[in-house]
Amino acid sequence: MKQPLLALAKATLSSLRDLAPLIMVVAFFQFAVLRQPLPNLYDLGVGMLFVVLGLTFFIYGLEMGLFPIGQSLANAFARKGSVFWLLCFSFALGFGTTVAEPALIAVSAEAAEVAASGGMIEDTSEARQSYASGLRYVVAFSVGLAIVLGVLRILKGWPIHLMIIIGYGLVVCMTVIAPKEIIGIAYDSGGVTTSTITVPLVTALGVGLASCLKGRNPMLDGFGLIAFASLSPMIFVMAYGMII
Amino acid sequence: MDLFSDFSLMLLATLRDVLPIIVIIFGFQFFIIRKPIPQLRRVLIGFAYVIIGLTLFLLGLEKALFPIGRLMATQLTDPAFIFSGAQSVTSVPGWQDYYWVYLFAFAIGASTTIAEPSLIAVAIKANEVSGGTISVWGLRIAVAIGVAIGITLGAYRIVSGFPLHYFIISGYVVVVIQIFFAPKMIVPLAYDSGGVTTSTVTVPLVAALGLGLAETVPGRSPLLDGFGLIAFARLFPIITVMGYAQLANYRIRRAKARQQQVSESDLTITKSASKRI
Repeated sequence: MKQPLLALAKATLSSLRDLAPLIMVVAFFQFAVLRQPLPNLYDLGVGMLFVVLGLTFFIYGLEMGLFPIGQSLANAFARKGSVFWLLCFSFALGFGTTVAEPALIAVSAEAAEVAASGGMIEDTSEARQSYASGLRYVVAFSVGLAIVLGVLRILKGWPIHLMIIIGYGLVVCMTVIAPKEIIGIAYDSGGVTTSTITVPLVTALGVGLASCLKGRNPMLDGFGLIAFASLSPMIFVMAYGMII
Repeated sequence: MDLFSDFSLMLLATLRDVLPIIVIIFGFQFFIIRKPIPQLRRVLIGFAYVIIGLTLFLLGLEKALFPIGRLMATQLTDPAFIFSGAQSVTSVPGWQDYYWVYLFAFAIGASTTIAEPSLIAVAIKANEVSGGTISVWGLRIAVAIGVAIGITLGAYRIVSGFPLHYFIISGYVVVVIQIFFAPKMIVPLAYDSGGVTTSTVTVPLVAALGLGLAETVPGRSPLLDGFGLIAFARLFPIITVMGYAQLANYRIRRAKARQQQVSESDLTITKSASKRI
């Protein structure tokens, strides 16, 4: 009974250490630069307690649940040897976790507003809505595709830097021809696709796959899935902006 | 009571986020793989911890840090604050008048990255996979510095009004050049750390800063210029992580060279010792 408690205490301490810089920055700017008292001390205290506890639980559960399941799925797929189902799973994981992402919903609504004010679509709520949901599906599709590509890369051992350079080349070319209004949103859209739960899962999957395939190095081949997932939405969103 | 209802609302939102993942994982597990999950109980408890942890974390941020952070972003970008030291408010502020904003951008970029849970996850995995060569803190600090530089530059861009893509494209050029010099092992990880930096903690605060700046700097529109900070925050960690690996590599090489020297001198000592015998 003592051991888990000790582990929990240790985890809490390290969460505190993770959050200390953020607290110090906020405190410094509040007191030294803006010179204002803290508003609502009670809420602040409770909130900080929640943040520390939450981070502790999250990291704890990460090593207990998310990492093992990613690893065991990767093992199971490798043993089953069915590339088709593995790719289906990768696509579902990418698409499914992105399409419902609140950050993406917010960004696509803003994008519709930009498009309407730029005269790319009619300025009616209907047109905006259809633009926003179209964008959402495009981004989710592109993330699914990116994970599929990334998993294929692990299977085949394609060199990652070539793929990334090609991706960057595409981004640069599209930037030149895409409408100006969409560029900022496209660049930011890559950031909203990697949620806190997807990242550990996808990382564990990639590393797991690379470590049970012969001739693959988990360090060299296991990482990189998230890089694809944050690069491909940029390309697809700009394409979307050009077509509509 | 209020707190409780907030908690349940946040729990529902987190559950909604996690639900597709759970459906996909368990659907594939039961219908395609058709094998029981090893240590199912443990995994389920782990998932419960993750959900509760994330809920508490988001709720705490929403209650404590985000309101202050957002308020600060608007106060720091307020013309009244920027001109507090200047004689006349009528003059147009130059880019150097925003020094507190740059400092804030740097500090908030670094500190939110240190607190970012998904980066912690990737760092733990990288440490495990590399057999300890990549330390958890080394990676996190390298990424944090990258984000800090990125957001500072991004803030400067909004103030100065240079086109976003000039910065991003030149960043890409640096990354592409670095690929050929950085140790091969780090390259995929470096790309990934660019993607994980912008999640739960960083995005809301940074977005508030970008919007605040775009609203108050004369001649900027929040719709066109408020975006783009996230893109900066994703690009620069790639550069710093590869730089970190280059540095670590260099130090290992130097240590090895020194060790070799030592072992060579050991060898001569034993040789001379054996001669004596």
